[in-house]
Amino acid sequence: MTVTQTPTEAEQRGFVQQLTTSVNWRTGLLIPFLAVVTALLIGIVLIMLTGSSFGQAMDAYAALLQGSVGSVKAISETLTAATPLILAGLSVAIAFRAGLFNIGGEGQMLVGGMCAVFVGFSITGLPIYVHLPLALLAGFIGGAIWGFIPGILKAKTGAHEVIVTIMLNYIALRLVDFFLKTELFQREGRNDPVSKTVEASAQLTQLLGWMNPALRVHLGLIVALIAAGVINWLLFRTTTGFEFRAVGANPNAARYAGMSITKVYVLVMMIAGGLAGLAGSGQILGVLDRATPGFSSNIGFDGIAVALLGRSNPWGVVAAAVLFGGLRAGGQQMQVSADVGIDLIAVIQALIIIFVAAPALITALYRLKTPAVSTQISKGWAS
Amino acid sequence: MNQASAPAPRESYELTGKRTKELTKRQIRKARISGVVLLLLSGLVMLVFVPAVSGVSTFGLSTPDDAIQLDSLAVPSAGSLWVLSSVLAFLGATQFFRGFQGKTTIILGISFGVFAIALMVWAASGQEFSLISMLVATVARSTPIALGALSGILCERSGVVNIGIEGMLLGGAFTGVVMGSLLGGWIGLLSATLTGGVLALLLAVLAVKFRVDQIIIGVVINILVLGLTSFLTAQVLVKKPELNDAPIFAAVKIPILGDIPIIGPMFFDQTIIVYGMFILIGSVTYLLFRTRWGLRTRAVGENPKAADSLGVSVAKVRYLAVIYGGMVGGFAGAWFTLGSVGRFDENMTGGRGFIGLAAMIFGAWNPIGAFLAALIFGFSESLQQKFALLDIPIPSEFLAMAPYLVTIVVVAGVVGRVRPPAADGQPYEKQ
Repeated sequence: MTVTQTPTEAEQRGFVQQLTTSVNWRTGLLIPFLAVVTALLIGIVLIMLTGSSFGQAMDAYAALLQGSVGSVKAISETLTAATPLILAGLSVAIAFRAGLFNIGGEGQMLVGGMCAVFVGFSITGLPIYVHLPLALLAGFIGGAIWGFIPGILKAKTGAHEVIVTIMLNYIALRLVDFFLKTELFQREGRNDPVSKTVEASAQLTQLLGWMNPALRVHLGLIVALIAAGVINWLLFRTTTGFEFRAVGANPNAARYAGMSITKVYVLVMMIAGGLAGLAGSGQILGVLDRATPGFSSNIGFDGIAVALLGRSNPWGVVAAAVLFGGLRAGGQQMQVSADVGIDLIAVIQALIIIFVAAPALITALYRLKTPAVSTQISKGWAS
Repeated sequence: MNQASAPAPRESYELTGKRTKELTKRQIRKARISGVVLLLLSGLVMLVFVPAVSGVSTFGLSTPDDAIQLDSLAVPSAGSLWVLSSVLAFLGATQFFRGFQGKTTIILGISFGVFAIALMVWAASGQEFSLISMLVATVARSTPIALGALSGILCERSGVVNIGIEGMLLGGAFTGVVMGSLLGGWIGLLSATLTGGVLALLLAVLAVKFRVDQIIIGVVINILVLGLTSFLTAQVLVKKPELNDAPIFAAVKIPILGDIPIIGPMFFDQTIIVYGMFILIGSVTYLLFRTRWGLRTRAVGENPKAADSLGVSVAKVRYLAVIYGGMVGGFAGAWFTLGSVGRFDENMTGGRGFIGLAAMIFGAWNPIGAFLAALIFGFSESLQQKFALLDIPIPSEFLAMAPYLVTIVVVAGVVGRVRPPAADGQPYEKQ
């Protein structure tokens, strides 16, 4: 029942103010920074354990750096990878704020992406400024529907959102497999599950395409940043956002203050689902141009890491997403030029979450004097 | 002070009064819903299956090398479907109008069994359907699910949520194959078990000592193990394939019992991992409900404060239960490699840990219940396999979805609610 991660005053004052106040800089910046460094150091040990020398491990990290920020192309790749992570991270973060744990990002991305791809290929002849928003809206609505189910079940029956969202992930995965083989979605003349190609009028424009067509960073990044701004405004500047946070801090107190728990749970899960749906749509309309089985490629789960590292603060989420995007993009380079598998990135991400969620490990390791507060968001199945 | 405390009792009285009324209403609604579902299933059989069948459905009951050969069972397809759909209609109508009250769960179980038979009669219409091979596959496929569920039960009965079952399975599968290739199957099995234990130790330390959110740790364990095993597969196993070539445990036929028709091949002609599952289900049931250790574990999971005040060390009980749970999960992981193919592939558990989680919930945190749930899920998995082979025009994706849908229905309490241990997922701070 104890919710120790109540938003502190500093967090409520927004990201910029938070940077300037010294109250929270340790938990807000120092711990995440040390968590990333420690995880990267363990990564070196791991590379060396698989039979490489220290020099080779250093080469691998040089490639990682080169692939994430070493050139315009690398930065473009980093931002391309960060785009869905921002949206998936926001999806998890807003649910965290209301005391809900949305593990359903994967499923919501898949359903949202499928809606977006359908609108993307089935409607033709619309100008881009109508078609593209329509496809994104479809993606948002698809994700919101997939988020509505755990929200309403949580509110009306008490079914734990973690169980329901896990199950919905797998249901969505199977649904995508099924639909990609139907005439409605499958590309003509193909036997493998691939959807039709999205019309050009529904594709997210490349932002730097005028410089070099290989720079993949697309309009979705702007959409994601706008979403971060909107969520920040919603959470910290509106009554609805206050209700979200109040319910997250103490649902009983919120209920006695006259807030509707049902409304908050349903609304927050729909927004969370919609954001994940946008993440899926961004991948479809901006990167892939078509749907394939499991196109969410674990981004929904990475969103959890992003939200934790970003301390569920929208701008913190953006920063964490750019970092993880860099790891993803650099990991590709690392695999190609240093022959170190990209799965190392998943290990590093998992270690980062451990250290961020259990700051006591970091404070003990570096002998910091900061009181460490462990992250406690969900409340177990029972309550 | 007086003003604040005076209305409180009245309010709570009103609340309880309202709740009992609501509960009976809810029970009626539940009976109505499940009745309608059964009637719909009956309609499905009558309107979709019956027109599609002709001739007889043949079910093979023996494999060629069985000691006692049974003749194949041949039933007229249409006739038996009519009978089955009438049974479903009768049960559904009774449930709708009168309700089976206390027996609802059993009746629903029987009804879904009847529907499964109808499904098979329909699929086997005009061809031979080897029922026995499917039943054997059901038991084999339910093994990792049942063990995964058991792993979850051990953790959660002590009050620690374990959604890292998937990671424990995958970790066990990986070390099982590597150590198995190096030092033989038994050492592989032991290493798999220990790997699960080590992962569980991570869960226990972070959950009990550092009081980190248990669901986050579970997610982390899944990501960490998936990343680590995929990384090591790409870096090491691909370059040294001799490390990814473990001996497979052969099926061990138990004398006499293994010769019983149907039952024999299903339960007494399996690998030692399957036998291990039976032994573990039985022994954990006994340990949890009949021993002092079990009572303490359950007490800590229900009310750690009370257990603590009686001198039970909450931390110690949770550490032990979680580590045992992890070891069961690692043992289950060995099924994927040492128990079936002898080699490791990236993410080869494919969500079975989460189906195990589903089986745990469906089985109401009880080992026997979880085993029965795992059998149902294993059945749906092997039915899926069979339908793909027989080229049945039913999308296998929908069968694959069944366990997940069932779990949502169960946690939402549409047909009877299951109750998790009261302190499940809550860190305990000694005062």
